[in-house]
Amino acid sequence: MSKGFVAINVERCKGCAFCVEFCPTHVLALSSAFNSKGYHPPHVVASDKCSGCDLCGMYCPDFAIYGARYAR
Amino acid sequence: MHADPKGVITGVHFLDGDHACCEGTLAAGARFAAGYPITPSTEVVERFASRIPTVGGIFIQMEDELAASIAIQGAVWGGAKAFTVTSGPGFSLMMEHIGYAAITETPCVFVNVQRGGPSTGLPTLPAQADMMQAKWGSHGDYGIIALCPNSPQECFDLTITGFNLAEEFRVPVMMMLDECVGHMTEKVVIPPADEIDVSPRRYTRKPPAEFNLFEPGENQVPEMVKAGDGYRFHVTGLTHDERGYPSMNVATQDRLVRRLVDKLKPFSNGRAICDTADLEDAEVVVVSYGITSRVAQRAIELARKRGIRAGKFRIISAWPFPEQHIASLAGRVKAFVVPELNLGQMVHEVERAAAGRAKVIPISHAGGTVHDPEVILNAIVEAAK
Amino acid sequence: MSEQVLEVPCEIPADSFNPVEPFLRTERIPHIWCAGCGIGTTVNCFTRALLASNADLDRVAIVSGIGCTGRVAGYARLDSFHTTHGRAIPFATGLKLANPDLQVVVYSGDGDLFAIGGNHFIHAARRNMDIKVICVNNLTYAMTGGQTAPTTPSHVISATAPYGVFEPAFNLVQLADACGASYVARWTTFHVKQLARSMEEVLKKKGFGFIEIISPCPTLYQRRNKMGDGLDTMKYYKQASKVRNGAPTSECSLTKAGEIVVGKFVDRERPDYYELLQAQMHESLGDRYAEPEVGCSEC
Repeated sequence: MSKGFVAINVERCKGCAFCVEFCPTHVLALSSAFNSKGYHPPHVVASDKCSGCDLCGMYCPDFAIYGARYAR
Repeated sequence: MHADPKGVITGVHFLDGDHACCEGTLAAGARFAAGYPITPSTEVVERFASRIPTVGGIFIQMEDELAASIAIQGAVWGGAKAFTVTSGPGFSLMMEHIGYAAITETPCVFVNVQRGGPSTGLPTLPAQADMMQAKWGSHGDYGIIALCPNSPQECFDLTITGFNLAEEFRVPVMMMLDECVGHMTEKVVIPPADEIDVSPRRYTRKPPAEFNLFEPGENQVPEMVKAGDGYRFHVTGLTHDERGYPSMNVATQDRLVRRLVDKLKPFSNGRAICDTADLEDAEVVVVSYGITSRVAQRAIELARKRGIRAGKFRIISAWPFPEQHIASLAGRVKAFVVPELNLGQMVHEVERAAAGRAKVIPISHAGGTVHDPEVILNAIVEAAK
Repeated sequence: MSEQVLEVPCEIPADSFNPVEPFLRTERIPHIWCAGCGIGTTVNCFTRALLASNADLDRVAIVSGIGCTGRVAGYARLDSFHTTHGRAIPFATGLKLANPDLQVVVYSGDGDLFAIGGNHFIHAARRNMDIKVICVNNLTYAMTGGQTAPTTPSHVISATAPYGVFEPAFNLVQLADACGASYVARWTTFHVKQLARSMEEVLKKKGFGFIEIISPCPTLYQRRNKMGDGLDTMKYYKQASKVRNGAPTSECSLTKAGEIVVGKFVDRERPDYYELLQAQMHESLGDRYAEPEVGCSEC
């Protein structure tokens, strides 16, 4: 089980890819799916690498993603 | 409620209009002023700067009138009664923020001690040429209340009235003095604090979850809040809905802007403040305000001595214009004579209200001094023929 | 709007939420900012800073001017004021003086604060007014279509300089420093951790604090100058930024595509306006001085 998790609000996303680029462990990639505005939101491609650092959440200009550590 | 005694210097004083106005602000509960020096208004804030540290408040001289006119609004939302003071050129600079106060319904007072204009004009000499600007000077549709004192005593009394009306109607109020009234020194009686009526800010009692900052009450005026009390409210100059959130569509615009004007409609009629005499049998009515009304008084008396039935209609609340009063007079008098220290401003409102049912005779004056009473008298005599 | 979550191969605890949510007027989200704009990123940092500084959110007031960054006030669930163009700082001055217990933050853009608002900035800094000014600098007037701002670097194409800007640009951190600000820092939207930390520091420090945040405007500034999109700009910030804490602000000018000096440049102790006011009044008036009760509940 990974240290952390990522939650994505698909409809808010504008596909800027900040989260994809700046995730330190490359957990995310832009998906080929579309949200209703026509953007490609990110999806998790390496969930086991997620530390819950929430850098994605800090970068996201659209408040569309955040990460957190699992409580132990 | 009554005035806070800390701000009231009860007694009989010998003050000029500017100084009396300052005492009016203090009696009304103003504890914040921001200003910028401009003749002939500066004494109002100079006195405030000297008085307020022992009363308990703050004066700040800002870097320009743009700053002063919005600093007072920040102070209002922080819970203060606040005002600024200026003359023509500064009044022009303040126009954007008068509009901001109007659309955000920020209760505050702007004092304009009018001088000759346009532009730098006659800094030390009187005029009354900002009257239309007081109502129309900012862009867009909105309403304000404007009051015209004609003596230092009235500078004291009406300033308190102005603050009270600002709170009652959540509107910016313009105190339209002129250099003569501002710089003339007369007896000013300041009553005991418990004889001065002061309107408290109408803070809501509703809890934050139920309160909307721009939801009108029965009289079309919403209640107030201040920052720091947990309301997490939003104020914007954008067209907004009852929550205060930007809502830029036709329906919201119509609802908001009409209400900003309509909430002041009582001043067109029953709430109009005026000083009248000898109207019952009048054939000619002299309509005037501010220092010109003092000169007109003499002309009216001289006319009566000559057997002309001259009456006095002194405008005190100039905006909204007391149109119902003028309209009903127009039905039974021959003429209105309207002397002003400008090339014709409030006379257009008189014409509009009279709607052709009485003659309207302007007596214009480019400013710099007061009318010669003989000129007004001659106009009354002509009108009575 | 229903929250649609893509199938993610990790479990999301039921009680988790985005730390930024409680700070937003969520009924007004989505916001108006473009894809790749950095303003939202700065809001995330500001949120973290508020949390870390243990601020009483009922006592934080946010004041903004006009422009894209000016819209922050409308999205923040605080006592918030969207004022007139250039005049957030004097409004904030009045607000703070009426209630010194408030933490008053001005959140606005480079054009609003330094063109039309320039005069107010320099005086508030001079006075060391206890307000914090967060300036999102996207080097342009974004809201109105990308016109030249006092910060637009030379040779950049703008809507009002179609052949290239030739006016020298302001160095905002130098200006703030010269006017007497107590705290001056610059970061970019790439530097989210450092920015949040700077914001936390400035919230805890009395006096006039200024933080400049270089941010992309992909729709106008970057697009007109063929500089790529928001992500390209963020990569440029990462590559071109040099952290030089304590550097002389005169050495921190920005150019079209050159080095970006970031860091904390000024952190000094000066009595703030209110302290100076009190000191002077006590000295001159002694017992006769009445403590200001400017904003009150019973007026």
